[in-house]
Amino acid sequence: MTTTTAPAALAPRQDRSAPWLLIAVAVVLTLFIVVVPLIYIFWRALSEGWGIFVQNILAPDTLHAIWLTSVVAVITLPVNLAIGTSAAWLIARFSFPGRKALLTLIELPFSISPIIAGVCYLLLYGRQGLLGPVLAAGDVTILFALPGIVMVTLFVTSPFVAREILPLMQAQGSEQEQAALTLGASGWQIFRRVTLPNIRWALLYGAVLATARAVGEFGAVSVVSGAIRGQTNTLPLQIELLFNDLNTVGAFAAASTLTLIALVVLILKTVLEGRTA
Amino acid sequence: MMAMAVASGGGRQRRVLPGFGLTMGLTLTYVGIVVLLPVIALALKGAEIGPVRFWDIVTAPRTLAALRLTVTAAALATVFNAFYGLLMAWILVRYRFPGRRLLDAMMDIPFALPTAVAGLALTALFSENGWYGQVLAPAGISVVYTIWGVAVAMSFTSIPFVVRTVQPILEDLDTSQEEAARTLGATPFQVFSKVIFPAILPSFLVGATIAFARSLGEFGAVIFIAGNLPMKTEIASLLAVIRLEEYDYNGAAAIALTLVAIAMALLVLSNWLQSRLTRRRVPA
Repeated sequence: MTTTTAPAALAPRQDRSAPWLLIAVAVVLTLFIVVVPLIYIFWRALSEGWGIFVQNILAPDTLHAIWLTSVVAVITLPVNLAIGTSAAWLIARFSFPGRKALLTLIELPFSISPIIAGVCYLLLYGRQGLLGPVLAAGDVTILFALPGIVMVTLFVTSPFVAREILPLMQAQGSEQEQAALTLGASGWQIFRRVTLPNIRWALLYGAVLATARAVGEFGAVSVVSGAIRGQTNTLPLQIELLFNDLNTVGAFAAASTLTLIALVVLILKTVLEGRTA
Repeated sequence: MMAMAVASGGGRQRRVLPGFGLTMGLTLTYVGIVVLLPVIALALKGAEIGPVRFWDIVTAPRTLAALRLTVTAAALATVFNAFYGLLMAWILVRYRFPGRRLLDAMMDIPFALPTAVAGLALTALFSENGWYGQVLAPAGISVVYTIWGVAVAMSFTSIPFVVRTVQPILEDLDTSQEEAARTLGATPFQVFSKVIFPAILPSFLVGATIAFARSLGEFGAVIFIAGNLPMKTEIASLLAVIRLEEYDYNGAAAIALTLVAIAMALLVLSNWLQSRLTRRRVPA
């Protein structure tokens, strides 16, 4: 009631004090929700000293988890770059029946939660799954091994690159590529000399986001990896394992490495956003 | 299938760019194997179960309890994110203050941080001897291993959605209407509720819908803090995984399909809201 009938003389004072109150509330909330958890990760990781921290990182299982996560990232990155670019080229440069449907399909993994993706993979490749008998007959191992982890990570990360470069390629149009074609350039030459320089920052941005996700993915990988200690445990899964073992400091040590990666990604993201804008 | 270069030059002679066959083959094969085939496996499994068994699985007490917990906690998380996200979008766009850009960058941390890391940190912070738990426990508030913990984890991982959908709309908002309202004697509250809020409402709802969908699907952060007690703090997606581990593929598929159906319904809702949003922004 007072706000609707406030005398005009009061309005300016309200104007001056309200913003600072709002900003203070926002800053305090953000401190408690975002900043403190971030600091807490490093604080707990180092709570027993640098010696223990290093020992925790160098524990064989954790080291293996770091190795496995790196392998997954190294395999998924080039695949995501190639497929993302291929999909964007197809959708931005040609019109064909089913183009919209294909785009929806490419973006589908964004609307399916990773844990469901993991369930889908198990229903497909599991012992009683759709292709289970075929795999067993051919002695092919996909689940609870590297191939399954890589494939489900690809599922989760597949839309990132295309989503970054597609809008850019659509906005730029194909004028320059048409000109190159008229001048007799081959498809590969057009892509390397004309398209790639135009989309490189967006491509890098998409690659960074996809790789960050590949490194940090938990739900999807946890379903298909079987979380075998020292064998199929990726770094995020290793955090859960250490936590369940009540080795909290060890879990935080493992988590701090992922947090550092996340912070680097954020910095890269800020830099690249400036370039792509 | 006929390939045609996307026409944008209106009537000029255009040649077809190379690479149609290659990119089409590559993209279709890849999306088919990596994305479509697993999803089809889920759909086929669901069809195999049959409607009666499907209904039995979904309405079993443990499934219902898990679904109820998931939806309730996601709703709590979304209510919080709606207020917090709107506040953040508002101050980041409307005010200039020291540290604003840093605060803006902070909004991306929940996306950048792996969910398992977030889950671990929140669980330790809110446990009885953690920094937050020490303060909350004497007050009789327990977060870890309760629905509140689930909601906390869900809200953390979906923080950016409302902020990042409202922010650009607020930035592009024409301020002349506000000024007119102010000149006519409207109070700041009236200006906000009668002029600004209706303009950003569609984007606000889109952000909240996506945040809700993401919360429903959140797994990594939640399982650390929830304690995962059947009938009490077990989320639906975890129950699907448990069913898989018990080799109850039907149970897993039915629960997974239910979650996919809810997610798809929310996606349709958000697309509908988005189309309303764009229509509003382009005056006829």
